[in-house]
Amino acid sequence: MVDFLPTLWFILIAVLWTGYLFLEGFDLGVAMHMLLLARDEKDRRVMLNTIGPVWDGNEVWLLTAGGATFAAFPFWYASLFSALYIPLILVLLGLILRAVAIEYRGKGDSQRWVELWTWCLGLGSFVAAFGVGAALALTSTGLPLDRNGDMIGGPFAWFNGYAVLGGLAVVGFALVHAADFLALKTEGPVRERAAAFAWPWGVVCLLPIALWAIWVTVRAGHPIAWVTLAIGVAAVVWWAIEARARREGLAFLGLGVFIVAGVATIFEAMYPVVLPASNNHAFDLTVTNASAAPYTLEVMSWVALIGVPLVLAYQAWTYWVFRKRLSGDAIPESTPFRAAVAAAAGGSDAASQPFAK
Amino acid sequence: MHLTALDPVLIARWQFGITTVYHFWMVPLTIGLGPLVAYFQIRWHRSGDARFYRATKFWGKLYLINFVMGVATGIVQEFQFGLAWAQYSRFVGNIFGAPLAMEALLAFFLESTFLGLWIFGWGRLPKGIHTATLCIAVAGSIISAYFIIVANSWMQHPVGVTMEHGQPVMTDVWAILSNNTAVWSFLHTILGSLMVGGMFLLGISWYQLWQRRKDGIDGVDADGRVIPGENAAIPGRDRADHRLWLGSLRVGSVVAIVAFAFVFITGDQQGKLMFVQQPMKMAAAEAACDTTTDFSVLSFGAWNAESCHSVRDVIVVPGVLSFLANGNFDTPVKGVNQLIPIYQERYGTHASNGNEINYVPLMPVTYWGFRVMITLGGLAAFAALVALWLTRKGTVPRSKWVMRLALLGILAPFAANSAGWVFTEMGRQPFVVAPNPTGDDKLFLLTQVANSPSVGAGELVFSIASLGGLYLILMIVEAWLITKYVRGGAASAIPELGKKPDDTDAPGGGTGQKSPDDVLAFAY
Repeated sequence: MVDFLPTLWFILIAVLWTGYLFLEGFDLGVAMHMLLLARDEKDRRVMLNTIGPVWDGNEVWLLTAGGATFAAFPFWYASLFSALYIPLILVLLGLILRAVAIEYRGKGDSQRWVELWTWCLGLGSFVAAFGVGAALALTSTGLPLDRNGDMIGGPFAWFNGYAVLGGLAVVGFALVHAADFLALKTEGPVRERAAAFAWPWGVVCLLPIALWAIWVTVRAGHPIAWVTLAIGVAAVVWWAIEARARREGLAFLGLGVFIVAGVATIFEAMYPVVLPASNNHAFDLTVTNASAAPYTLEVMSWVALIGVPLVLAYQAWTYWVFRKRLSGDAIPESTPFRAAVAAAAGGSDAASQPFAK
Repeated sequence: MHLTALDPVLIARWQFGITTVYHFWMVPLTIGLGPLVAYFQIRWHRSGDARFYRATKFWGKLYLINFVMGVATGIVQEFQFGLAWAQYSRFVGNIFGAPLAMEALLAFFLESTFLGLWIFGWGRLPKGIHTATLCIAVAGSIISAYFIIVANSWMQHPVGVTMEHGQPVMTDVWAILSNNTAVWSFLHTILGSLMVGGMFLLGISWYQLWQRRKDGIDGVDADGRVIPGENAAIPGRDRADHRLWLGSLRVGSVVAIVAFAFVFITGDQQGKLMFVQQPMKMAAAEAACDTTTDFSVLSFGAWNAESCHSVRDVIVVPGVLSFLANGNFDTPVKGVNQLIPIYQERYGTHASNGNEINYVPLMPVTYWGFRVMITLGGLAAFAALVALWLTRKGTVPRSKWVMRLALLGILAPFAANSAGWVFTEMGRQPFVVAPNPTGDDKLFLLTQVANSPSVGAGELVFSIASLGGLYLILMIVEAWLITKYVRGGAASAIPELGKKPDDTDAPGGGTGQKSPDDVLAFAY
């Protein structure tokens, strides 16, 4: 099996993207729901704190997917990233704003400060989710490429209906997934509204991702893709039953199975092409012609064999530590502080005399 | 000017320079401050002393304000090789992505997951485990520094590879991981970061002690020894507060001084390697136009000098350059003019795009980058020594100007770090992957042919403007927040100190008491 290692790495990259969409999927969705579902600041803080301890670790799945693509498929990495220059710059701007917003939102002095960062958080997450979805959709449906693998046709040649479909797919999935997550992780009004969003609105939100998975499967016609697609369909039916009955844990699990099956379907339908050249299939990037040399893949396989289980173990532990549901009562009052400087502190007599012995 | 008239490579280089130097303002503070916060928490865990609890909380708060900016700007770093440097990514694909992926998988996950546990783990995790989460997160930062420097060092000095069909192929991952260039620059970078952490503690603690004196809280006796006081009306200004700042100041100073000693040693080793591995970089760093043994202390030339025509030596010290390169005073070091024909013979005269290759880096940048780095590093260490002397009697002088100098001193190691990286990256030009003098002469890549062919000047102008604009705003925000929390003193990180001025003097006041089970000890 000449292609064993590249195929293994193709699967691993699919796994990394699954991990990213599963974990940061609800992070991004929670941030968007801070604009959609929250009624007041208490709601927003309850929502934000469900992802507080874990969002940064979840985002590393994106970095790892990117890094692993560079390491295992440098030609895929180079072609895809340079072709999607503008959308990925927008993703970066969104991710930067979002990360900074989470940390800085509660550290200002005014209501306007909080509102400004809430918008940065929600919109940054939306842009990031949309852009990542567009990028994944385009790598599964193709871009116009030259012999060298560089995109032709100008800076916007990537823009087409698939990009929009993929963007909507990830945004929609993130919204449902986050609603399930919030229903599972909170107590009180947020839990109520999140569950009411998941069913029935979730069905609409999941349409784009379903359409995308079905489209690539029909086009590729691989039997395995049909099997995983069927699993995905079964999972989404299961999810709908549980979400409707408000069994939150099972609904979350059902949608989890759905995203695993969905990503598996999309990647399986692509294989062995990693980035089709929509203008000329002779220029397709495949697991064979886009991959790194066997020795590099072998080294990276050992690293992944040690690293991935370790990461899964300690991230699972984190979720165990923070397993409790959050309610408004659990959120401490935000604490504005006075400067420890006499003038700013209003000054007692002793303090108003500089350098009094 | 129409956008198409701009050179995409030049804009891409500026973008990489701006985003990387910016990212590396956050990173050394993360790497330098992290171990110090961990040290304070371990001391608190062992002794239960309130001073260490406060130090952990206060410095930890500033650490986190800065950390998130490093995270946010770090994503750009990993993406921009593929975004703007696709030809580079293809050329180095068999080697360079591997340490990046290792960094993400083995370091970033540790760092971010365990830092999340630390932030939200107050009062929820057992004390020992909580302390361990921070130590693991800090270890993650240091491991990540190692992997990224392995990647960078391979660009400075490619090892563990052979050329196959015009592309480098990895043959020995251990050679890449143990590259002598990587080992020395890793140590140099960590130590340089510790200087940043040390001077950060020194400057801010100095300000706090000065403020206490200004507000009439601390006085001095006839011998100049401190008489610590308290002022219940000001949040956190009790007697323990004085010990917090004095202790932090001393820890910071000692760390900065010791780190500098080792920065000096590791830097000397790097220099000696560089004379062998990248002779042109060192010749340009010394403005050594012709073969010599003399070290230039001061030389002038045209600002954009890429050749030696206009360089004029003002002060030179005989023998020292030879010592830097070889450890003796009389072996001459090859100058720029002697190196150019050697480079042309080995690596050609024209790039694959037809342009003539200029092998001389921008000399004013390398020359001054090198000197600014050394001068500011040395000044910072000297300032730390002076600070220890001035505070020997337990507090700082009243002078406002000395206080301002102490705060300004925080910037010195930051600037030294930036200057060092600008020097080493600009000094590698015109190469993005510099050739290994003892390796395959075909194994190198010129920066001018490493960019993304499909990305034009228009897209690059869009990205450099949007990223640059956002970075500028965020820098102002971060500086404002750090200033705000510094002015808040310990109470900014420990709200209990501000709320109940009456009990804060009690021993161990406010230390790590468990919150009621259902209320989070910390929430965003």
